[in-house]
Amino acid sequence: MDFRPSDDQEALQQGVRSFCEGRVTTDHLREIESQPKAFDRELWNELAEMGIFSLQVPEEQGGVGLKAADAVLVFEELGRACVPGPVLWSHLAAGHVDGADLGETVVGGLDLTAPTIEPFMIEHLESLDRLILLKPDSVEVVEAGAVEGTSIEVPLDPLTPIHYAKSLPTGEAIGGVELATQMRLMGTTLASGLMLGIAEATLEMANEYAKKREQFDRPIGSFQSIKHMLADSFVRQEAARAAAYAAGATLDFPEVGDVERAVSSAKVVAGDAAMKNSRTCIQVHGGMGYTWEVPAHYFFKRTWVLENVFGGVHEHSDRIADRVAAEA
Amino acid sequence: MDLRYSKSDEEFRAELRAWLEVEVPKHGTEPEQNDWESRLEYDTSWQRKLFEAGFAGINWPVEYGGRDASLSEQLIYYEEYARSKAPYVGVNFVGLLHGGPTLMAEGTEAQKEKHIPRIIRGEEIWCQGFSEPTAGSDLASLRTRAERDGDEYVINGHKIWTSFAQVSDYCELLARTDPDTKKHAGISWLILPMDVPGIEIRPLPTLKGELDFSEVFFEDVRIPVDSLVGKENDGWRVTNVTLRFERGTAFASEMYKLQEILARLKKTLQATTRWEATAWDDAALRREVGHLQAELDSLWAMLKLAISETSKTGMPGLGASAMKLYYTDLAQRVTQLCVGAIGRAALSRSPLEGLPDADFLGADLQPLSLSIAGGSSQIQRNIIAERILGHPKER
Ligand SMILES: Cc1cc2nc3c(=O)[nH]c(=O)nc-3n(C[C@H](O)[C@H](O)[C@H](O)COP(=O)(O)OP(=O)(O)OC[C@H]3O[C@@H](n4cnc5c(N)ncnc54)[C@H](O)[C@@H]3O)c2cc1C
Repeated sequence: MDFRPSDDQEALQQGVRSFCEGRVTTDHLREIESQPKAFDRELWNELAEMGIFSLQVPEEQGGVGLKAADAVLVFEELGRACVPGPVLWSHLAAGHVDGADLGETVVGGLDLTAPTIEPFMIEHLESLDRLILLKPDSVEVVEAGAVEGTSIEVPLDPLTPIHYAKSLPTGEAIGGVELATQMRLMGTTLASGLMLGIAEATLEMANEYAKKREQFDRPIGSFQSIKHMLADSFVRQEAARAAAYAAGATLDFPEVGDVERAVSSAKVVAGDAAMKNSRTCIQVHGGMGYTWEVPAHYFFKRTWVLENVFGGVHEHSDRIADRVAAEA
Repeated sequence: MDLRYSKSDEEFRAELRAWLEVEVPKHGTEPEQNDWESRLEYDTSWQRKLFEAGFAGINWPVEYGGRDASLSEQLIYYEEYARSKAPYVGVNFVGLLHGGPTLMAEGTEAQKEKHIPRIIRGEEIWCQGFSEPTAGSDLASLRTRAERDGDEYVINGHKIWTSFAQVSDYCELLARTDPDTKKHAGISWLILPMDVPGIEIRPLPTLKGELDFSEVFFEDVRIPVDSLVGKENDGWRVTNVTLRFERGTAFASEMYKLQEILARLKKTLQATTRWEATAWDDAALRREVGHLQAELDSLWAMLKLAISETSKTGMPGLGASAMKLYYTDLAQRVTQLCVGAIGRAALSRSPLEGLPDADFLGADLQPLSLSIAGGSSQIQRNIIAERILGHPKER
C-alpha cells in the first residue's frame, strides 16, 4: 500500500497539465464559446493524439493501456482547464464504439441510469457522430443524426450546447449489464475527477486574485474572512482529492473495498468541493466575479453539468445510505 | 496510488485482531472519570501489554522499542485498534503522540535514552505545559520565565489547561529564557520533572465534569540546564515540531472510530420506532447519514495519503491542518446527529435501562474540545491561508 501517485503517474499528470496550460487558455475558451457548435475539432484531434480517449484501451488494441487511477489524474487536469467537448463520453466509448479511441468518431452520451432522466437534455449533439444511451442494464448506440432534438437557445454552460429531445430512438445494443455497470462506475469516477479539477482551479484563481486585489490599502487576502473561506476551499479540495483517487484505486483493484461506495463517495465529496469552491471563487472576486469576463463562471456552470450526470450529491448520499443499511 | 494490502499485511492484521479479541475484553471497563488512581493503572497497564506483545510505538524506530511498521501496517493498526474498541491512549497521549516523537527528532542521546524506553512501556507519563492564561492561540506571547542561575534554570509562572498534570512524571515546558527579544525568539523547550519542589497543581473541571486538565503554578522551581531540548531560545522551532506531531496522525484511531459510531447510529435509527415506521425511514436523516459516510470515507483516504507522505519526509506535512479541520468538523456533526437521534433520552448522561444506545448519551460533549485544543479551528485556517496558500501573516 502506498497511496501517493507514483512517479509515472505524476509525469502523466504533469504532461496533461502542461498541454492544457499552453493550449486550453481562457482566451481559447472564449474563442470556442463564440463558435456556433462550441466545438474545436483541432483540439479534439490533439486530445486524441495525446491518448486521452484511448487511455484505458489495452495496448494490444492500440490503446495506452492505463487504468482508472491514471485516468482520474488525467481528468483532474481536464477539469482544471475546463476543457470543453464530450471528452468523458468519448473516453468511455473508446474500445466499444469504432473510431472513438482515435477521436475520429465523436461520441457523446446520455446517462439514463440516474433517478431523474427526463427531460432528455443532450450535450453537444450537433458535434456528435454517435450517441451512447447508457441504461441500467444495457448500453446502446444511436446515430447522432437520428435523434430529434431541439436546440436550446441559451444553455447554462456556454461551452456545453444542449439539445432537448422528447423521445429517443432505439439504438443498437453494444453491451449488457456488465458493460453498463462498468461505464456507470467509470463515468461517475471520472466526473468526480473533473470536479476535483474544478475545485482546484477555482481555489487557485481565487487565491491569486486575493493576493493582487487591494482594498483598505492592503491585499484582500490579508482579511481573515477571505483567508478562512480560502482555507475551507483547500480542505474541500484535499478531501475531494483523497476521495477521487480512492475511487480510481478501488475500481482498479476491487478487493481493496466496496467499489460502489467508493465511487459514490467520490461523487459526493468532489461534487460538494466543486460546487462550493466555484461559488467561493466568484465571491472572492467581488463585482468582477459576477462578470462574464472573469472565467470563474465557466467553472461554476460546468459544475452543474457534472452534478447532473451519473447522479448528484443527493442521489449518491442515498445510495451510500442504502448500502450501509444492507450491512449487518 | 495503490491501496492493496500484501499477504504479510493481512497476516499482521489477523495476528493483531486475534490478540485484541482476547486482550481487550480481559482489560475490563473504563474506570470512573475522576478515579485517577484507577485511570492511571488502566491506561498504563494497557500500554505495557501493547509493548510486551510488540504492538506499541507502531511507527517508532526499533531502537526505541517501536515496531517501525510499514505504512500499511500502521493503517491496519489504526483500523483494528478502533474496531476492537481497545482503550484510548488516555494519560499516555502526550508522551506517545508528541513528547516522545519530539525527543526523537530534537533530543540529545542522553535524553532519548532516559525517556523514550519508559514512555513506550507506559512507565512515564507526560503532560504539555504550553498554554497560559494570557497565551492561548497566541502561544508565543507566553510569560513563564526560566532564568539561568549557574547550571540551573529557575522557573516562575503559571500554565493552564494542562491535561493529566496530576498524574504526570514530566512536562513539555515552554518558558521564556530571553525576555528582551522578539516574542518568538526568546523561548526554550524544557523537560520538567513534575516532582520537584515549587509546583502546585489545581485541577479544573471540564464541561464533562472530569478533572482532566489543571492550572499549574511554578514558584522558584529549579531544574538542570541539560533539561533543554534543542538550543536555548530555539524553543519556538522545537514547538512547531511538537505541534506537527500533535496535529498529524495523533487522531488516526479516533478518526476510524467515527466510522463505528456512524454504523451504530444506523442501527439505533433502525431500532427506533416512530409511529408506524422507524427513524431510518426518515429520508432526510438517511440522506445525512449517507452524506456523512461519504465524508468519513474520504477522511480515511486522506489519512492514507498523509501517512504515505509522512513516510517520505518523516514528519507530518502542513496538510495535517486540513485533516484536523476536516476531522473536527465531522466528529462534531456525527455526534450531534447521534444525540439528536435518541430524542428525550438525551436529557440523561447516565445509562437508562431499556432505552437507546448508552454510548450516545452526552456523545457530542467531548468533540466540542476538538476545535479548541491543539490549535483552534480558526488558527488551523490561518495556518492554511498563510503557510500553504501564501497570504500575509496576521501579526
Ligand atoms: C480539552 C483540552 C485540553 C487541552 N490540553 C492542553 C494541554 O495539555 N496543554 C496545553 O498547553 N494546552 C492545552 N489546551 C489548551 C489549548 O491549546 C488552548 O485552549 C487553545 O490553544 C486555545 O487557546 P485559548 O483557550 O486561550 O483560547 P483563545 O486563544 O483565547 O481563543 C478564543 C477564541 O478566539 C479565537 N481566536 C484566537 N486568536 C485568533 C485569531 N488570530 N484569529 C481568529 N480567531 C482567533 C479562537 O479560535 C477561539 O475561538 C487544552 C485545551 C482543551 C480544550
